[in-house]
Amino acid sequence: MAKRIDVSGLTAYYGSHKAIDDISMTVEPRSVTAFIGPSGCGKSTFLRTLNRMHEVTPGGRVEGKVLLDDEDLYGHGIDPVSVRREVGMVFQRPNPFPTMSIFDNVAAGLRLNGSYKKSELADVVEKSLKGANLWNEVKDRLNKPGSGLSGGQQQRLCIARAIAVEPNVLLMDEPCSALDPISTLAIEDLIGELKERFTIVIVTHNMQQAARVSDRTAFFNLSAVGQPGKLIEIDETERIFSNPSVQATEDYISGRFG
Amino acid sequence: MDTKEITDTPPPAPQPTPAEQKRAARGATRPGDRIFLGLSRGSGILLLVIMAAIAGFLTYRASIAISKDEANFFTAFEWNTGVVPPRFGIAVLVFGTIVSSIVAMVIAVPIAVAIALFLTHYAPRRLSGPIAYVIDLLAAVPSIVYGLWGALVLVPNMNGLYGWLDDYLGWTGIFSWQGGAPRSMLTVGILLAIMILPIITNVSREVFRQVPQMHEEAALALGATRWEVIRMAVIPFGRSGVISASMLGLGRALGETMAVATVLSPTFDIQASLLDPGGGTFAQNIASKFSEAGDIGRDALIASGLVLFVITLLVNGGARAIIARRKEYSGANA
Repeated sequence: MAKRIDVSGLTAYYGSHKAIDDISMTVEPRSVTAFIGPSGCGKSTFLRTLNRMHEVTPGGRVEGKVLLDDEDLYGHGIDPVSVRREVGMVFQRPNPFPTMSIFDNVAAGLRLNGSYKKSELADVVEKSLKGANLWNEVKDRLNKPGSGLSGGQQQRLCIARAIAVEPNVLLMDEPCSALDPISTLAIEDLIGELKERFTIVIVTHNMQQAARVSDRTAFFNLSAVGQPGKLIEIDETERIFSNPSVQATEDYISGRFG
Repeated sequence: MDTKEITDTPPPAPQPTPAEQKRAARGATRPGDRIFLGLSRGSGILLLVIMAAIAGFLTYRASIAISKDEANFFTAFEWNTGVVPPRFGIAVLVFGTIVSSIVAMVIAVPIAVAIALFLTHYAPRRLSGPIAYVIDLLAAVPSIVYGLWGALVLVPNMNGLYGWLDDYLGWTGIFSWQGGAPRSMLTVGILLAIMILPIITNVSREVFRQVPQMHEEAALALGATRWEVIRMAVIPFGRSGVISASMLGLGRALGETMAVATVLSPTFDIQASLLDPGGGTFAQNIASKFSEAGDIGRDALIASGLVLFVITLLVNGGARAIIARRKEYSGANA
């Protein structure tokens, strides 16, 4: 199920612009790893290289290696589509399919992967919605459109949709930045539960959030605007927030940045 | 907070009347505002007046014709307005108009949607620009030119297709062919399909281009292939737009005159097969009979024009109903 991610020497480009430079790190299975850093430091770009979403952007390309356990995601003959079935993603803005019901949203990934019996689908949908702490709120209106839910509910619906296909890794790109504090708390609680089953990587601008939910934290920075982003350090979250080994990290988390 | 206090304490001066309050809320009007208001309101009223005038004219003249009609206006298979008493009916025209438009839609809509998807999701940017330009050019060709091309190029080259259809699908009855000149509903439908292709393609392309990136990324992140992204995110989002686009095309097909009149060899009866020449459409019938029609003949043609008008309204209403039924699920809620 949950797999280890091993990144070595990863550099990503947008056309000729180098967005992130030579990043290496290891993400442990069944843990939450948070990426923090100023805007434009490449943490979202780096996240999107982990499920090959980066190359969807026109001009996007990647050098280096990303090993999922022992399989190189960028190896020869690896299909990006199958990578994305193994590495799920939740986005900044909740994006349930507006034309689909709540049920169909959760079942969407399964239907891509093959044919299921109706009862099987219903079981997985229920399990996923329960896993996303949304079941009790929507069980009576599974046939209503997902876009009728509140923002926080929509985001949990997207999480349910992502975990329904049982990925090995779950990537979250600022999943709470469009949500109110109560919805944010619900998602953070959920992340704590999900890490029992999945390897979770979360990008966040909220340092308290990183401190609350993550086991390890990676700090990214860029030397100047237009320069590629770099990984400054990655360590136990507690250490990063109490006694980081790099001065720049301490400056950033204590608000003396820039 | 200041403003709240002011409204809470009643002013010592007499209360302004509701009308005065309303005027004050609107603010001072300047000449420019008044002129623009007058212009825009006048344009709106003018439109209603013109519509009412057309509808009134059509209804009045049509009622004269129908009251003199000896045959049943809706079911008679004949058009004899020169004799006394006149006998005419629109059944053939209703059939021909709807059949030729259905043929055109069946051919044009899938192709137009496919072109629009190709331009927005498959073609490299270098290619999609020129292709879109060529499609715009197609829309700029006058319909009489399509008619000439249809009569001089399409009709003489249809025999192969007609023979093939007759061989393999003749048993259905719809595609049987007795070997007449291919100036039939199928050729008309193909020509109409080419004519309505640009409008359907262009509107669909606009709609597909507006699909939010985040919906496509949602599908991609689930492990969807490009075709699956289109099926899950793009087509459902664009469905109501494609319906609107198709209705625009259908409106043109229903009312197309010169191209049909040039290609079709009209008769006043109904052919079961799309391949056998004959039949007619409202617009073609009006165009070919109007110049030689007498008073009653003209009024009869106007009555048929009124029916075409009503059919077009019904089609548009139906399309709106389809779109409204899907509204809860439309992309507009996202």
